[in-house]
Amino acid sequence: MSDTKEATFPPAGPSASNDVRRRDFLNQVTVGALGIAGLGTVAVTYQYFSPNVLFEPATQFRAGTPDLYPIHSVTFLQDQQVYIVRMPEGFYAVSAVCTHLGCVTQWKEEAQMIACPCHGSKFKSDGVKIEGPAPRPLPHFGISLTPDGELLVDKLQSVKNTQALRV
Amino acid sequence: MANNVTALLETLRETKVWKSIFRRGPANSNRTRSIAVFGNLFLHWMPVKVREKALHVRASYYLGSISFFLFLVLTVTGILLMFYYHPAAPNAYRDMKDLQFVVSNGVFLRNLHRLAAHLMVFMVFAHMFHVFYRGGYKPPHQFNWVVGVVLLLVTLFLSYTGYLLPWDQLAFWAVTVGTNIISAMPVIGDKVKFLLLGGHIVGENALLRFYVLHVVILPLVAFVLIGIHFWRVQKDGGLTVKDRDSHGR
Repeated sequence: MSDTKEATFPPAGPSASNDVRRRDFLNQVTVGALGIAGLGTVAVTYQYFSPNVLFEPATQFRAGTPDLYPIHSVTFLQDQQVYIVRMPEGFYAVSAVCTHLGCVTQWKEEAQMIACPCHGSKFKSDGVKIEGPAPRPLPHFGISLTPDGELLVDKLQSVKNTQALRV
Repeated sequence: MANNVTALLETLRETKVWKSIFRRGPANSNRTRSIAVFGNLFLHWMPVKVREKALHVRASYYLGSISFFLFLVLTVTGILLMFYYHPAAPNAYRDMKDLQFVVSNGVFLRNLHRLAAHLMVFMVFAHMFHVFYRGGYKPPHQFNWVVGVVLLLVTLFLSYTGYLLPWDQLAFWAVTVGTNIISAMPVIGDKVKFLLLGGHIVGENALLRFYVLHVVILPLVAFVLIGIHFWRVQKDGGLTVKDRDSHGR
């Protein structure tokens, strides 16, 4: 009976005290793999929920020739939600979306002001705030002339409210 | 006649089918009645015994049950409304009008869904106020109070997502305003708004997303949370019933 080996579990290796046990190692690998898979799932789900193609109105659009707009006029472009304002100094493109909570404002010809139907904000024709709750004036968009003489508005381009397009 | 019915029930109880469904004898003692409650999926979270005091409850004790009943009404009427509703523009608005003027009893179902929704928000708030002023949030009920707060939020989100579905002016501007409030959140606000609307404006993507949230995701969350909520009421020691004062109130 002297050659009977002692069965040890876990098998003692060269440096048994520092060794990672097989069970712990497999647990760590499994948890790690599941963690990576979980993060990946979150990432691809997030990507899935962010649409790549949107069927929304173009941010850049032509607004016709300058002679369509008389001097001292405010014209509301319904589809683009932009006012084309023509003053003696030139053209402005003013956003029609209220800076409070995103309602579309209206130009009130008789009162000579832009008013929001949702919460009563009021603005001058150049977008300057008359009264709240809107926190900011209406932003101005970039406006330029195309080579063939049409007005071109770029809603992604924001300009100072003093910058007018001279025609 | 009564004897005949009893005899029929007795014979029924001896059949193989009955015994395969109810694997126990008649519930004719406290022990067998307890087993009947334990062994039933729909009853097992109910108490097998109730203190008599717990049955002497005021009308305000039913606010939670009324909220749950309204949830059931909303589930049934909501599923019925889904048979006529397309979550797309411009069909959504037309379907809503069809339900009002063309579909038999459609206006009844739609109004029932709408009124029950308003009432459910009111009842959940009333239930919460009642629990709050009665001290029902105190230990050992803290966890269930938190579940209740989440259920309140789910109720409000259900109302909000349902608000867009008629696709009328009120719905459009309410959701425009609501999602602009969301975008005021620091750092992630605009991204959350973009994901919720599936775009920059309230359009068809937004309608479809709100629809899926309204008819699948949020009701499932509510269903699971309601289950936990009811189960915890029993696990935390049943309804909190206070002793009556000298006036019997």
